[in-house]
Amino acid sequence: MTPISWFVLASTIVALFAMAVGIIAPANAMGKAICTALESLARQPEAEKSLSRTLFIGLAMIESLAIYCLVVVLIVLFRNPLLEYLLK
Amino acid sequence: MLDGTHALFYLGPLAVSTTVVTTWGIMAILILVSWVITCRLSIDPGPLQIAVEGIIQAIHAAVSEILPQRADTVFPFVATLWVFIGVANLSSLVPGIHSPTGDISATMALALLVFSSVHWFGIRIVGLRHYLKHYISPSPILLPFHIIGEVTRTMALAVRLFGNMMSLEMAALLVLLVAGLFAPIPLLMLHIVEALVQAYIFGMLALIYIAGAIQTLEARHPLKEEES
Repeated sequence: MTPISWFVLASTIVALFAMAVGIIAPANAMGKAICTALESLARQPEAEKSLSRTLFIGLAMIESLAIYCLVVVLIVLFRNPLLEYLLK
Repeated sequence: MLDGTHALFYLGPLAVSTTVVTTWGIMAILILVSWVITCRLSIDPGPLQIAVEGIIQAIHAAVSEILPQRADTVFPFVATLWVFIGVANLSSLVPGIHSPTGDISATMALALLVFSSVHWFGIRIVGLRHYLKHYISPSPILLPFHIIGEVTRTMALAVRLFGNMMSLEMAALLVLLVAGLFAPIPLLMLHIVEALVQAYIFGMLALIYIAGAIQTLEARHPLKEEES
């Protein structure tokens, strides 16, 4: 195989694994956050407004971790800066 | 083609990308619509006026819930962010238009706006000396962490909005490629929800950052300016 096809193979596999592994932690964290929010909502239904606002913000923060993962993967797939060394 | 970064036409040496054109188009539409609506306000409102008043009141209630004393100072900025980002996110539902928030330059510009407005509101309300003091507030050792936090949260704002919008568009496109013409419709419904949620989160985070700059200082120093 030529170096370029190795490169394509490696970056595809790395991208898939990075997505798969990188989603696990945010998914866990989001599940935990929602679970705790629901629990406290059941105990104190009158705190619903501030609770849901904080939950939204927290979920956005956690979600951005998965988004970082996606952005890095897209950079690896489409705009890999290391490709220059191979093509030179 | 997926992002709006390629040049649409050239103004002399300056490349004008699709993002810029779409952004200015959305701005023109928003200004025109709000001008048309506000130019015939009446005591006995029609359905359109009621709808717009409802939106404005909802935004104002959300702002004054977080910043009760300074709601009127911060309200125009946050409301503009909310309305603009909401419309910009939804604009990619129109065929042939790419959402300007799917371009990282546009979201970075919005995040820089939030970054500078935090300082602007902070300095304006509590004064320069007190504002600068909060960077070394518990102890000067924390100064680098404060600065790193300022930079990374701005980056996070930009990348969050960009990543969400771009990935939604890309997911719809991939489903279209794989499955066929009507398959992406459920994804587009998800797009509507996600677009509004992301606009809400962006504005809310901006509001919380501004509130953080103002309130921590207000708690520590009794204010010199009490009129607003």
